[in-house]
Amino acid sequence: MSLLHLAIISPFLLAVLVPILYKLFKKVHTGWFILPLPLVLFVYFVSFVSATSTSQPIIESFTWIEALGIEFTAKIDGLGLLFALLITGIGTLVILYSIYYLSKDKEKLNTFYVYLLLFMGAMLGVVLSDNLIVLYAFWELTSFSSFLLIGYWYDREKSRYGAQKSMLITVFGGLSMLGGIILLYIMTGTFSISEIIAQSDVIFTHPLFVPALLCILLGAFTKSAQFPFHIWLPDAMEAPTPVSAYLHSATMVKAGIYLVARMSPVFADHALWLWLIAGFGIVTLFWGSFSAVKQTDLKAILAFSTISQLGMIMSLLGIGAAALHFDGIDDKYHTIATTAAVFHLINHATFKGSLFMVVGIVDHETGTRDIRRLGGLMQLMPITFTLAIIGSFSMAGLPPFNGFLSKEMFFTAMTHIIDFNVFQLDTWGILFPVIAWIASVFTFIYSMILVFKTFTGKFQPEKLEKKPHEAPIGMLISPIILASLVIIIGFFPNILSVNIIEPALSAIMPEFLFEVHISFWHGFNLELWMTIGVIVLGTLLYLSLAKWRKIYGLFPEKLALNKAYDHGLLFAQNGSLKMTRMYMNGSIRSYLIYIFAFFIAILSSVLFSQNAFKIDLEHASDVRYYEILLVAVIVIASVAILFAKSRLTSVILLGAVGYTVALFFVNFRAPDLALTQLVIETISVSLFLLCFYHLPKKRNEERMAFKATNLVISIGVGAVVTLIALSAHSTKLFESISQYYVENTYTEAAGKNMVNVILVDFRGFDTLFEIVVLAIASIGIYAMIKLRMKGAK
Amino acid sequence: METLMSILIGLFFAIGTYLILTKSLLRIILGTSIISHGVHLLILTMGGVKAGGPPLLGFEEITFTDPIPQALILTAIVINFATTALFLVLSYRAYKVIGTDNTEKMRGNEDE
Repeated sequence: MSLLHLAIISPFLLAVLVPILYKLFKKVHTGWFILPLPLVLFVYFVSFVSATSTSQPIIESFTWIEALGIEFTAKIDGLGLLFALLITGIGTLVILYSIYYLSKDKEKLNTFYVYLLLFMGAMLGVVLSDNLIVLYAFWELTSFSSFLLIGYWYDREKSRYGAQKSMLITVFGGLSMLGGIILLYIMTGTFSISEIIAQSDVIFTHPLFVPALLCILLGAFTKSAQFPFHIWLPDAMEAPTPVSAYLHSATMVKAGIYLVARMSPVFADHALWLWLIAGFGIVTLFWGSFSAVKQTDLKAILAFSTISQLGMIMSLLGIGAAALHFDGIDDKYHTIATTAAVFHLINHATFKGSLFMVVGIVDHETGTRDIRRLGGLMQLMPITFTLAIIGSFSMAGLPPFNGFLSKEMFFTAMTHIIDFNVFQLDTWGILFPVIAWIASVFTFIYSMILVFKTFTGKFQPEKLEKKPHEAPIGMLISPIILASLVIIIGFFPNILSVNIIEPALSAIMPEFLFEVHISFWHGFNLELWMTIGVIVLGTLLYLSLAKWRKIYGLFPEKLALNKAYDHGLLFAQNGSLKMTRMYMNGSIRSYLIYIFAFFIAILSSVLFSQNAFKIDLEHASDVRYYEILLVAVIVIASVAILFAKSRLTSVILLGAVGYTVALFFVNFRAPDLALTQLVIETISVSLFLLCFYHLPKKRNEERMAFKATNLVISIGVGAVVTLIALSAHSTKLFESISQYYVENTYTEAAGKNMVNVILVDFRGFDTLFEIVVLAIASIGIYAMIKLRMKGAK
Repeated sequence: METLMSILIGLFFAIGTYLILTKSLLRIILGTSIISHGVHLLILTMGGVKAGGPPLLGFEEITFTDPIPQALILTAIVINFATTALFLVLSYRAYKVIGTDNTEKMRGNEDE
């Protein structure tokens, strides 16, 4: 176990201590005890920056399940480090923010920080594991801790609904990802990502390639809230705002993006990879930004905005894969998509994190997040307003913020798609820049709504529960740091490129050499005109919002994906209930019919499909006339039971059958059997009579009602038994072992009655437990007759 | 003889099944008894019938009937008797407590 492993599991170790600290130090906000850990981890991970940018990735191995090839291998390369820095860095800020956001007296802080630490550790494990099974374990732990955090206020119904929904969707995707991991293992014989990448040419030609690709992508799409699995993210906004800022904007939803980036060297050679990721990404981008404009809740706007931006990063990663196919003129345009993806990943984490915190502050200070009740907060909350402006303008892609740069790069990547003459991108590729541009217009609109509907306009104090004022300084520190980063990266975009972005890119696309240089000003080119177009059209649309907003009313709610999810869930519940009610009707007869029908169907089908039916009369003994007489008697007696009207008659007929069976035993040279059968039949019949003598004769006895189903089933059972008996007797595979008993009964066991010697000597154990059965039955009978519960008859 | 016995056993099974599928508890127990007769005869028949003298060494015969199926059946008869007796008393008690021996009326409980 190395220091790196310790760093990954340190949040779990601290999580164990949290309840103790919470109990011991009631007066101190528990968050202060948590805060140093992500800070220390952040500093620790920063120390890797120079190492990963110059040399090979750092790999530390720790044996977990050696026999299955599962090792807890921690690996730090550019991509893992980027995510680790995001997780710990934003983690620190979020914890600081939560200290001021969550009340010490009203909230259950111990559970909150335990869940948050679980999540942090799990997320670090996801991005730093080289072993896919370990990655999967941490992956599910993120789903699980996210579930706990969304349901933090578990007494609210909406929290529980959101938590359940996110759990169902992400665990569905996670399981599918596990399937993909297992398929990869079948193809390569290893769970190690590095070794799988080394064998990517073996995988590419393997028939399981496409299934593995689809399974892995399903996991990534559900986690990263891609269309149509994005529906869980808006409902996850029921979580406390620090959680939304941390999990549902900066870290967990990027786990799917991490997975796609991580698996790119394995799958990116295939056209399906490009089309699925780019296609679903661009649809998500559009749908997220389109839906965000409709929302009236600030966090819902941000949730759809996150969906949309994740779609953008995803589509860039997909298009980046095209670079692998195109050894053409200028590599710049083909790798720019991946560069833009990584750059926007960082930018999005900064501005979205700060925006969530801003919204949290507004919620905290006014008591509502509904933009219809908010307005005119500019004078009251100037710092928050400034932060909101920075975040939103960056989100809208305006200069001089970092969002502008990544949006320009995004446009560059999109407009150059048509240059790729692979996978028909030259014809259908034109759709990408068009959709991207329209989506950017919507992005602009909702970013403006976010700022101006909240902070400008008429102040409506009568609609607010509290008297709003500026937030405490502690709550503002984290968004100020993030907003500063937005500006710093905006003005100095290259501070991160050599040390962070380039190593991350070479992890995603190991074949390429990257020299990232992001220029702040790149002349009057197509991208700039596109941004100007976005601003102009976006401003016009924002100002006329009231006029065209009605088009959202045209969209039928019934077709919404949430309805589909709700109905699907309800259908699954009701469907299984109906199905269970259908066959589990509580009637013994029905169950017996199922059992007998299966018995008939399976045995007869096996009998005939295996050609096992055979009649061979060679070993059969002859039939005497008195035996026919015996058979006739027993047939008449047993058939008569079916038609007997009174219970007494049927019991006597059963006795007749039993005595005839005893005669059969006599005929078949089985004296002991005959004796036992006679005695037992006598006792049985008297028991029957005894029982029914005591029964009240209150209703008229009647014949059995005839049922065709019963007749068919019973004839089937009889026929199958007969056929099997005939076939079994006709096929003697080997000789009986009874010759041994015949020879040794007297010499070894000193007895002449073979049956008795077998019962008490050769196979005495059977007899012992048969005695036990009799004892239990008699005790049972005694108990049933004697024991009465109090109050029973 | 084995062929005839196989058909007879099939008949026992058919009658037993028909009785088990009826509503009355008594008839269900009758059905199980008939099926167990069928099973005993089936074991005996499958071992081969009348292949020699009874399995008693004092008879000085050259061949004997297979003693193993007989030992098995003897065990089976006793166990069958025990369970039949238990079920009889159980149905008697059920009749006393519930007031019916119709299984269709014994459906459901408070948990449903």
